[in-house]
Amino acid sequence: MKEVIHTPVPDIEEEEYHINMGPQHPSTHGVLRLVVSLQGEIVKSLKPHCGYIHRGIEKMCEKDTYPQIIHLTDRMDYLSAHINNHAVCLLVENALQVEVPERVKYIRTIIDELTRIQSHQLWWACYGMDLGGLTCFFYGLRDREHILDIFEESFGSRLLHSYYTPGGLMQDIHPNFQKRVKEFIKYFQKKIKDYDRILTGNVIMTERTRGIGILSKEDAINYAVTGPSGRASGFSCDVRKHYPYSVYDKVEFREVLFTEGDTLHRYYARMEEMRESMKIIEQLIDNIPEGEYSAKMKAVLKLPAGEYYQRVETARGELGAYCISDGNKTPFRLKFRSPNFSNLGVLDKISREHKIADLVAIGASLDFVIPDIDR
Amino acid sequence: MGVTGKYFFSPGQIVTEQYPENRKTLKMAERFKGEVIMPHDENNQHRCTGCGICELNCPNGSIEIISTRIETPEGKKVRIIDKHIYHLSMCTFCGLCIKTCPSDSLAWGQEFEHAVFDRSKLTKVLNQPGSSIIKGIE
Repeated sequence: MKEVIHTPVPDIEEEEYHINMGPQHPSTHGVLRLVVSLQGEIVKSLKPHCGYIHRGIEKMCEKDTYPQIIHLTDRMDYLSAHINNHAVCLLVENALQVEVPERVKYIRTIIDELTRIQSHQLWWACYGMDLGGLTCFFYGLRDREHILDIFEESFGSRLLHSYYTPGGLMQDIHPNFQKRVKEFIKYFQKKIKDYDRILTGNVIMTERTRGIGILSKEDAINYAVTGPSGRASGFSCDVRKHYPYSVYDKVEFREVLFTEGDTLHRYYARMEEMRESMKIIEQLIDNIPEGEYSAKMKAVLKLPAGEYYQRVETARGELGAYCISDGNKTPFRLKFRSPNFSNLGVLDKISREHKIADLVAIGASLDFVIPDIDR
Repeated sequence: MGVTGKYFFSPGQIVTEQYPENRKTLKMAERFKGEVIMPHDENNQHRCTGCGICELNCPNGSIEIISTRIETPEGKKVRIIDKHIYHLSMCTFCGLCIKTCPSDSLAWGQEFEHAVFDRSKLTKVLNQPGSSIIKGIE
């Protein structure tokens, strides 16, 4: 009698398979590659692969003088270009113990908050688009254009400004700056209500994102998830509150905190932050003191030998700049602790057991900027 | 839907720029960073002394200065620029050359349509042929 050999038929439902999301996927907002392990359409695990836009910025900083480094930091998180510049400027100023004029501090704070608003506007636009609402994209970009026009008039460029220098600013603000910022605040206070009507109050969006990608407070602290993503989980991590720089200690604003930590509350946190940023600008814009736009600095800046650390709050979280100087005009080592890199680490944990379509929503709510991850 | 409908029927202001049809009327902001230029006056004179500070401060090596030493009628030996070469293809528009120039000889130009078919066209000589330095600048 012939022996019947039974070959086991693989159960397609139970077999895991891998797909590459990216590096050319539109919802990864850049060249991020996620190797997603799926069972059916459930995400079992996820592995980010970095390095597609690695330019070696930290190594390039080692050959540049301190004023030259500024223009490289623009190109990390390009949506928070001014705030990245701020980190290096503060690091150099604190190391050299230079007191910058009060006018510079006020202008820097206003510009930082404008940067935060325009970054969140673009995030709102893309968040809507990722969830299938293309209308949001146009409205978000339409309003962002107003801030970019102000930037273009005052600093000459729209995205990569290199406006801050160690000791102050490249040039004084444009005479129209205050008037146009006030006009913008008035305009945007009306438009942000439209944002709420389109997306925040939309039942499809709220039900689609509620309870998706829950990040607990413990995990937020363990994975060092900072910025609005961390604060949506109840992790109080706002550098502007805890380690105030420039004039953040003189203005009143609320650190937006939620406890739920899901995709929907990360959305709420960013929406609230835009309102808080507008409050900060309103308090400062009429009170910019007169004075110099830059402190007197030496032609060649040499930091005393030692280690220095400076942190600032970008639109996505805490940016740290750690510098080791050996007394020369170039740093021995400059390391950036970028917020996006830490936030990416938690993506695997919070997207497990969710559907692949939810991964897009979770990724959008964490608001990645890929050049900041790779540097 | 309400918001979409409102803007569909009363868009208020049309925000789309009609580029490139509006090229003739398009005016960039006065501080717009298009490219680095060296302004010359009506006598074809510029303010560059050829000191090389811009070349030193440029983070990418976009500026090269070729200078020669000449003897003035008073018997002084001075340096004048032969060529102030600007590689637009390497420039990151950080503005350090313009900020650090001690004689304010460089400025931002408004031209922004830099696309060319041959990359050698992106290497420019900023001082015009036959130009000289304005008297009194050292």
